[in-house]
Amino acid sequence: MQDTADREEMLTVEIWRGREDGALQTYRVPRRESQTVLDVVTWVQRNEEPALAYRFACRVGMCGSCAMQVNGKPRWTCRTHVSRVAENGLLRIEPLANLPRIKDLATDMAPFFEKWQGARGRHEPTRTRHEPMAPVSSESPARKAANAGIECINCAVCYAACDVVGWDENYLGPAALNRAWTLANDERDADKAGLLQAVSQGGGCHSCHSHGSCVEHCPVGLNPTAGIAGLKRMTLAALMKGEL
Amino acid sequence: MMRASRNYPGWWAALGHRLSGLALALFLPVHFLVLGLALDSDAALDSVIAWTDQPLVKVAEWGLVMLLTLHLGFGVRVLALEFLPWRDPLKTLISLGAGASVLAGLLFWIVAL
Repeated sequence: MQDTADREEMLTVEIWRGREDGALQTYRVPRRESQTVLDVVTWVQRNEEPALAYRFACRVGMCGSCAMQVNGKPRWTCRTHVSRVAENGLLRIEPLANLPRIKDLATDMAPFFEKWQGARGRHEPTRTRHEPMAPVSSESPARKAANAGIECINCAVCYAACDVVGWDENYLGPAALNRAWTLANDERDADKAGLLQAVSQGGGCHSCHSHGSCVEHCPVGLNPTAGIAGLKRMTLAALMKGEL
Repeated sequence: MMRASRNYPGWWAALGHRLSGLALALFLPVHFLVLGLALDSDAALDSVIAWTDQPLVKVAEWGLVMLLTLHLGFGVRVLALEFLPWRDPLKTLISLGAGASVLAGLLFWIVAL
């Protein structure tokens, strides 16, 4: 009689090991019900490859730290079920594209976050904490536009999916520009001119080709392309009025 | 090889827009050259027009009509998504544009034959 383990359904999993000059290594991982890609990576780390480097924290799609390339597409691995992405029982897991590789599945996220600074992603307040809170109507069109973009979890999936990020190292990328768009629509932000200046420079919103890869891949369903198009219109209007 | 992360309608539309634009850019000098012939003499232009009656050239002309309408459709798509408030059924817009260019191609056949 055959052993149970032999009859167990197995996945063939290729995982990137090393830095830029690394290689894919193949593992056999038992298939489980409701298994996520992050479960697969964790299984390999616990059972086969204790030195495997990868990032995760919350495992419920909030922290944005576990994004990887899965069969060529950037995805949040904790919320990606194997059943949805495995192709004939095969998974190929690589570090996020468009970012420097540190080790195995961990990338250096510094360029991604530096671009948030480049897009002036920091809120500049109009009031101090000693003043009463600014009344903001949730019904105003600007607030609705801002609300549509504020749920970003900084996972860099859009950054890895974007063609322009791959072509132009100065391009700020969808996440940073989406952040700028939410600030541009925030009535409480004090430095709109500085913001529009930051996003209209070389590598800013006008570099976007509107391919829409960010929209296609964003795990939380945001639409950075729409925000970037909004910034294009806003900067153009500011230029016409002589404010830029 | 095609990257998996690029296989979605918007990317194909962007690729179609660029390739049709490139092909049209190659065709335009020839087009102006032929128009320029009319300045020289009727006969020169007429001989080119007679040459275009060949079936193979007709197929090429059909290709040009398709390229022009595809380029127009994909260009209008870019303008729409950059200058109009965002519409979610973008895929429907792409299909409509592609459908319109196929119709234009069919119309060309009906007129040409």
